[in-house]
Amino acid sequence: MTADANHSPSPNAGHGHDHDHDHAHSTLGEMDLRVRALETLLTQKGYLDPAAVDRIIETYEVHVGPHNGAKVVARAWAEPAFRDWLLQDATAAIASMDYTGRQGEHMVAVPNTPDTHNMVVCTLCSCYPWPVLGLPPVWYKSAAYRSRAVIEPRAVLADFGVTLPEGQNIRVWDSTAEVRYLVLPERPAGTEGWSQEQLATLVTRDAMIGTGLALNPQVKEVAA
Amino acid sequence: MNGVHDMGGMQGYGPVQIEANEPLFHGDWERRALGLTVAMGASGLWNIDLARSARESLPPLDYVQGPYYAIWTQALQKLLIERGLITEQELAQGQPLTPPVAGVRVLKAAEVDAALAKGSPADRPSTQAPRFAVGQRVRALNLNPQGHTRLPRYVRGHVGTVVLHHGSHVLPDQHVNKMLPPFDGTAEHLYTVVFDGTELWGPQAESGHQVSVDAWESYLEAVHT
Repeated sequence: MTADANHSPSPNAGHGHDHDHDHAHSTLGEMDLRVRALETLLTQKGYLDPAAVDRIIETYEVHVGPHNGAKVVARAWAEPAFRDWLLQDATAAIASMDYTGRQGEHMVAVPNTPDTHNMVVCTLCSCYPWPVLGLPPVWYKSAAYRSRAVIEPRAVLADFGVTLPEGQNIRVWDSTAEVRYLVLPERPAGTEGWSQEQLATLVTRDAMIGTGLALNPQVKEVAA
Repeated sequence: MNGVHDMGGMQGYGPVQIEANEPLFHGDWERRALGLTVAMGASGLWNIDLARSARESLPPLDYVQGPYYAIWTQALQKLLIERGLITEQELAQGQPLTPPVAGVRVLKAAEVDAALAKGSPADRPSTQAPRFAVGQRVRALNLNPQGHTRLPRYVRGHVGTVVLHHGSHVLPDQHVNKMLPPFDGTAEHLYTVVFDGTELWGPQAESGHQVSVDAWESYLEAVHT
């Protein structure tokens, strides 16, 4: 592929789809080799237990992910006392559900209201609340998201197909320290009497980053 | 460092590229790169700020072009080489050429769950009273250190309001002072400071828009109105 040759050298060219594909093709084999060589070397020198690497991967592929955060949000919707605790001391409230540790040592939950929509970014790197959301998607770590979330958050939301109601403010939280933010989305109408398990199915990863909203139960029924 | 990583407010990177049904990893190497980075971090031979500093000081073009796990891999290699755990030649040849450094702590598979669940809390007890209170107006200082900092450029010189006080947390700028443990664990009070969009971006700011950063005490000064 020579897609790059067709691009003008605009600042966007380096981040379009074509370029990403080219880049992936040219670096994939190289990165495969490089990482394999590094792992072999570290193992042979006695610094690394490869089974520990397996276990770390398994943790984030299977056990830790946005399904954890969805349970926290569903519980906050269903139990006012838990919601209060979550907003007062998110670290303790979330730890009570056994979601603790790396990249979630200090948690703050920020509630969406009719007046204010919250959105989370890390402009300096890729800080993200791992115990409740798992590992961040590629877009969260991308230059486009990190650069624009703080200067034009409504335009960024438009990329996600989200338009906020007229008059709703937008509040962006840039995670520049070891505090990690979890957005508590608004509970959708039409979910009265739902169980926490049912409610959790409406809570998407993006809703907890603030680049999405909780799913509409009617739309979800149609989709299902 | 006013590095390429400090991206807040830059323009020209185009729309956010959202991949439908994105897999957790794009290729097995990303899987292993994550695992290697986390596992070797448990050696305790560097801290989170030294790791971030290593990523931020990669060649700028590598930083903006690479997949994120390539940035992690490159920084991990740098951290390992700087500390003499491995050499460039060993990496190139993929086999040991020098004796291993003795006494490196190895994370065992059986220890992974506990290590991840424990994490590395950054808060520290403090006997210092906080200088700022929630509700107070503060200015982010115009600081441009050569080394690692967590005060993004886009807030420097701007006035905001303290909305949260998080207690005392390890100060990143000093946490990188020493390459090897014991690290400089100097801590300072940490605050969430919120800025109006118009304060940061002037007349081009979107309507009804605020941005906060988490800022250590030495990043801020009181504004007397």
